[in-house]
Amino acid sequence: MTAVTTSATPRFGWTRSLARWETLLVVALLGLIVLGNALSPFFLTAGNFANLIAALMEVAIMALPMTLIVIAGEIDLSVESAAGLASALLGFLWMSHVPLPIAILIVLAVGALGGLLNGLLIARGGLPSLVVTLGTLALFRGLALIVLGPIGVSDFPEAFTAVGFGHVPGTVIPWPFVIFLVLAVVLAVVLHRTWIGRHIYAIGKNSGAARYSGVRVARVKVGLFMLSGLIAALAGIILTSRLSSARADAAQGMTLTVVTVVLLGGVNIFGGSGSIPGVVLAVIAVAVMQNALRLASVTVEVQSIALGLLLILSVVIPTSAHRAKSAIERVRGGRPPPPDSVPRGEQRIPSVEEEPS
Amino acid sequence: MTGASPGPVGAAPLRAELRGISKRFGATQALSDVSLDLVAGEIHALVGENGAGKSTLVKILAGVHQPDSGTILLDGTPVQIGGPAEARALGIAVVHQEPRLFPDLTVAENVFIGHAPAGRLGSIDWGATRRAAEALFAELDVQFDVNAPVRGLSMADQQLIEIAKSLSVEARVLILDEPTASLSAHEVERLFAIVRRLRQRGASILFVSHRLDEVFALCDRATVFRDGRHVVTLPTSQLTTADLVRHMVGRAVSLFPKVETPIGDVLLEVDGLSRVGAFRDVSFTVRSGEIVGFAGLVGAGRTEVARVLFGIDRRDAGEIRLGGAPVAFTSPSAALTAGVAYVPEDRHQDGLVLDFTIAQNVTLPILPRLFPRLLVRAATERAVAIDETRAFQVRMTGVGQLVGALSGGNQQKVVLAKWLASRPRVLILDEPTRGIDIGAKVEVHRIVSELAASGLGIVLISSDLPEVLAMSDRIVVMHEGRITAEIPRARATEERVMYAATGSADGGDGTMAAER
Amino acid sequence: MTAATRSGQRLGAIARQRELGLLVILVVLGAAVTLRAPQFLTIANLSQVSVLASVTAVAALGEALVILTRNVDLSVEATIGIVAYVVAVSLESHTFSAPVAILFGIGLGLLLGIVNGVLVAFLRVPSIVATLGTLSVFRGIDYFIAGSHQVPLAGLPEGFTDPARSDVFGVPVFVLVTVILVAIGTVILRSTRFGRQVYAVGSNPEAAAILGIPSRRVVFTAFAACGALAGLAGVMWVMEFGTINGTAATGAVLAIVAAAVVGGVNIFGGSGTLAGAALGALFLGFVANALPLIGLSQFYLQAIYGAVILAAVAADALILRRLQRSRTRRSGR
Repeated sequence: MTAVTTSATPRFGWTRSLARWETLLVVALLGLIVLGNALSPFFLTAGNFANLIAALMEVAIMALPMTLIVIAGEIDLSVESAAGLASALLGFLWMSHVPLPIAILIVLAVGALGGLLNGLLIARGGLPSLVVTLGTLALFRGLALIVLGPIGVSDFPEAFTAVGFGHVPGTVIPWPFVIFLVLAVVLAVVLHRTWIGRHIYAIGKNSGAARYSGVRVARVKVGLFMLSGLIAALAGIILTSRLSSARADAAQGMTLTVVTVVLLGGVNIFGGSGSIPGVVLAVIAVAVMQNALRLASVTVEVQSIALGLLLILSVVIPTSAHRAKSAIERVRGGRPPPPDSVPRGEQRIPSVEEEPS
Repeated sequence: MTGASPGPVGAAPLRAELRGISKRFGATQALSDVSLDLVAGEIHALVGENGAGKSTLVKILAGVHQPDSGTILLDGTPVQIGGPAEARALGIAVVHQEPRLFPDLTVAENVFIGHAPAGRLGSIDWGATRRAAEALFAELDVQFDVNAPVRGLSMADQQLIEIAKSLSVEARVLILDEPTASLSAHEVERLFAIVRRLRQRGASILFVSHRLDEVFALCDRATVFRDGRHVVTLPTSQLTTADLVRHMVGRAVSLFPKVETPIGDVLLEVDGLSRVGAFRDVSFTVRSGEIVGFAGLVGAGRTEVARVLFGIDRRDAGEIRLGGAPVAFTSPSAALTAGVAYVPEDRHQDGLVLDFTIAQNVTLPILPRLFPRLLVRAATERAVAIDETRAFQVRMTGVGQLVGALSGGNQQKVVLAKWLASRPRVLILDEPTRGIDIGAKVEVHRIVSELAASGLGIVLISSDLPEVLAMSDRIVVMHEGRITAEIPRARATEERVMYAATGSADGGDGTMAAER
Repeated sequence: MTAATRSGQRLGAIARQRELGLLVILVVLGAAVTLRAPQFLTIANLSQVSVLASVTAVAALGEALVILTRNVDLSVEATIGIVAYVVAVSLESHTFSAPVAILFGIGLGLLLGIVNGVLVAFLRVPSIVATLGTLSVFRGIDYFIAGSHQVPLAGLPEGFTDPARSDVFGVPVFVLVTVILVAIGTVILRSTRFGRQVYAVGSNPEAAAILGIPSRRVVFTAFAACGALAGLAGVMWVMEFGTINGTAATGAVLAIVAAAVVGGVNIFGGSGTLAGAALGALFLGFVANALPLIGLSQFYLQAIYGAVILAAVAADALILRRLQRSRTRRSGR
């Protein structure tokens, strides 16, 4: 049997197609900026940039651990509710005269605990993450409602709201953006430069082989979900700070945006590939798009149409492009592609794609 | 020797004829001008190495691929098999190694899937379906609750359902593709009895297998393919195992280059190890330089023991001592750190991340060790990978090549290199040469031998009796979860091992026919 | 073989008993609540509960169908919402008469379901992603059309909301509709080729493809039917609540999926019944109704939905695992 020769792949599991995806993103981003500029002269001003970014920062922050989770082959739908629970709990604790720093610590701990619940059920219990996090999506939101009820708490001190709402002194850069950047750099290093990241990719590509190779699969997954819960709580705190209001229904609907941003960033929904830089680009692209829409007087609710379309397209386009390529190859009489170049999870008739023997 | 195959004596009708079949996939010529006859009422073996073209031929018969040239005749009529549905309609049924059933549907429904008897208004007549299924199983002389869902049934049972399925469409040609890989001795016997009964009813059965002893036990004629060509077709009465191997490989081969090694200290001691439902009271030792073969039929519990040794499963009783100190591994990672490595059976599923490069696969188990400060350095990784794979002579374009692009034998070498990189003291190999070419097999055996010579203790789990006999210093035989014999090399013979493997003392029954 | 076959039989028995079990739990729950709050067991209350539950149940039937094929439809709530608003506004503006509006609503739901079907079955988008996307798109369109407008009860034609409040021989009309749909659907699923294909596709998609079962068509039809049923649920929503704006049915997807999952529809596909899904909806309706009666605020409902989903999935997985283990053991892997 002849071994098919392929050129060496770039490091860390980045496939060539992914590198192309990010180029696509940059192009799309430039296009959006041009469009935005055409729509309004204020588009490229610094002030607008601040607005543009700030509203999306909670989503962006939550998208980072979500990237790692999806690469590992799972998903966390409960992030918006974890953020909501954080907001509600913060409001409740503040109302109960707990000093703010302590309240924040408690809220973060609860977020991590929620992630632990997800992680244990999914990694140790072996339950599918889609349904578990659907359940915790409801559970956490329910807990938020139980804790705070329908009221809002808004008498937070200036020092607190300045974080979410304010800028780095002397610039227009919002603090949440700084937090996002720091987190992005840290997670990028972890994912792309450490062996923890390599383990995550291995788990996403073949968790059985990873396990046999000594990767602590369950431990990694639990850790990822705890991180996601912790960061979601952080996002909830930032949201509360930015809006100066703690509510049980905070962050409602954010899960969709987070998942959109992650998939748009080139992360494969089936796991095994994706990158943080891609997701960062996607955050910027979505921010630009949302801003452009706002300038065109499109309401927030209606913007969800664009977001939904974006989500769908970000999966349809690569899948269709790939299948078109395979079909063309097959017509030309080439060898059926080796199993790995077909996107995982594609429902294919197994016997057709196997190597001839 | 090539070309037309001599049929058996007598005027039995030709059920299927394949003439001049060729098939190319891109640059690979999978089949060249191949011919094969199937006579009514015969069991016909198809043997050959991986890459010989057996699987392609089966897929052509099953309608998955279409031949580039050649003709297929069924009962004398030329046919075009355009797809799997057409193949079924023409009466060709394939039973695969992994049954393709619907776990949530009942046995009866699975048997008649797609062609259940219709009742009023086109709805399905469940009563008739049930009765028909029961009748089929009665013909096969097996007991089945046809109303139970398939989920929970053993692999062997599921295979029988597949056979019943083929009966339900009145298959004229039944193809069994490596059917015995997951069966216990008893189940294999049951399968053979059923296949013989089918032969009596006039069916033609094509039996594709790597297990040459089964070929002789069951089949009337055997056809050998090599490199996509037909080599020979002869009645099995006129062949020996050595003949088959010679035809398959094209030359006489010495399969087992074993190096005599001095046996050293005890590395691993297993004492009274038990796991409920898997094995009981297993005790053995492994010394430095020793190859301990683990023989037994599938289902004997050998892999289960290995999984406990490697920390994948928990033990219920007994003790494991590594280098004298008791250990209890809770995860493969712990076992690796302590110096135990396990090469799993299923190379693709458990052994390698096909989407990673060779370097990434080789270093995966030792990443924390290589880079204690978390950051991975590509140059180091590459150097380590090159170092570790050098001894194995892996045919690759470089350590940056994707492992999925390698051939089976080379992939297995990468797997071995990976485990060796973790510097184990004890290496457990589970069916290390399954599904690899004979050429690659020899190399793997050489490597294993050298590893023992370098001081490792090796546990060799294998269902390939000749392999176990030739490579092991001692053979531990398991049967239904217990050790039934421990045979030193000097006294090891196939008969002794087989008797112990089937649970009987001297003069046991039910052993598979030994090679002539 | 015998041991494994016996455990296989055991699973079959368990599955068949899931509906019976639910029924028992319903009775027990009802009894327990009644002890605490006797007004639970009145005809008026039970009627109300079952009518409300029917709306969820109808949507849950469609969702169950999709889940059976090993997919999920997260966009049902948006379909219900958009159909409810469009139907209400078309009645308000006298564009349609009542019967036409009802048919139009179901048709609109069917159309939206077809969109999902195309995405999942033909464009091969994983159903989580596809329906998350359409959830957003449909809801956005709903807001866009509705703006801040709200159709008041008075805007609807005389008697339009009657079916939600009337009964036939003591059985509420909505409950009757649900029962009829369950009956028809069960016959289809149990006795027609298509119905068996639904189970096959969910039970083993690869085998289904190989055996020539038209998986894509089956999945497409499941989503289309789910959409149509969601459309019907939207119409029922209007009849039940009367006042409709752009936020109708927000958050309903959890109750719908929970109903199916509680009702024994296995999230991994391939097993479950429509009757189970309907009973699941009734169970959740009982819980929602019982909460204020026993002094707990409505805010506990979301948490209960979540806990219920988690419990049902864990139970399903446990059963599956016990059986898988017996199978692997026999084959000695």
